[in-house]
Amino acid sequence: MEITPFLILSAGLISIGLYGIMSKKNLLKLLISLDIMDVGVNLLIVTVGYLPGGTAPIMDGDYGKYVDPLPQALVLTAIVIGVSVLALGMILTIRHYRRTGSLEMDEGGVFGW
Amino acid sequence: MRRAVSALLALLIFAYLFGVLLKAPIPGDYRDERYNYYSPLSGREANESVPDHYVERGEEETGSQNIVTSIVVLYRGFDTLGEVTVLFTAATGVAFLLSTQRSKGEKEKKKEPNFMASTGVGLVLPFILLVGAYIFVHGHLTPGGGFPGGAVIATGFVLMLVAYPRFQLREKKVSVVEAFSGLAFAVIGLISLIMGLTFLENYLPKGVAGTLLSAGIIPLIYIAIGFKVGSELSAIVSHMKGGEE
Repeated sequence: MEITPFLILSAGLISIGLYGIMSKKNLLKLLISLDIMDVGVNLLIVTVGYLPGGTAPIMDGDYGKYVDPLPQALVLTAIVIGVSVLALGMILTIRHYRRTGSLEMDEGGVFGW
Repeated sequence: MRRAVSALLALLIFAYLFGVLLKAPIPGDYRDERYNYYSPLSGREANESVPDHYVERGEEETGSQNIVTSIVVLYRGFDTLGEVTVLFTAATGVAFLLSTQRSKGEKEKKKEPNFMASTGVGLVLPFILLVGAYIFVHGHLTPGGGFPGGAVIATGFVLMLVAYPRFQLREKKVSVVEAFSGLAFAVIGLISLIMGLTFLENYLPKGVAGTLLSAGIIPLIYIAIGFKVGSELSAIVSHMKGGEE
């Protein structure tokens, strides 16, 4: 299996997330863009550890080749950090909504460019 | 204007990443000449990269069949403790940020539970909890572990919150569970310090790899992580829904 499509896909996801973060004013859309970017980076890290013909690194049966387990362990950490960031961002969004009654960034006069 | 600038910048980044990633080396066998080094253990040239070490020796060193689990819990166990701390900090931040600003005019009317939803959730909930517990107990044998298992358990509580509008998580009890499971993780690590090993080093018998009672302290740590993640995620969702009154 070729890894090139996955590399291009992760580059695309990172770019889409970046576009969303820069262009959107809605805070929910902003958080979703952040998450898309997160997924792109995670996909890139997992793809780098791929080995042609390798299987999941679980020592069960007579598979000779296993993919690199270290990026998967790192991504496991990164996913949990992503969840934490998303939860905190969501709470800040909820507070912003309660204060200003809107999900747009400019309404409160705090953010915006 | 803003959109055009953002699109241009995103396209530039994409072109740059595209160009860089297309030149990335095609992954080959990690038994490469690059990894030749002099090994002080055997006294001769060795060829062992980091993934090679994990894949070749991981099972006999830790007794865990799942190599990713052995990396997460044993080789990089301190990292995982920090990760759990980050999640704890996020949950605490959520509770703090929402409790300092209670909404007043936002009390929606408590609706009657939907019959279909409540019956369905009542049927499914025990199995969801069972699957979550299965995933984190078998973390050293199958894909999964404490974090996915805890997330599955939290899903069960989310379903309860959706199906029963009057259902409230008892946040004090949940935080007790969370505190004790986090404490258990740290205490398991400290016991190995007391026994003269490094922090979070295995001190229990490894057993036969592939059986449930194997891999020493890995299942214990993953059970603690499972309880901790499950209670933290449930508490976050419950806070977001409005919290305890």
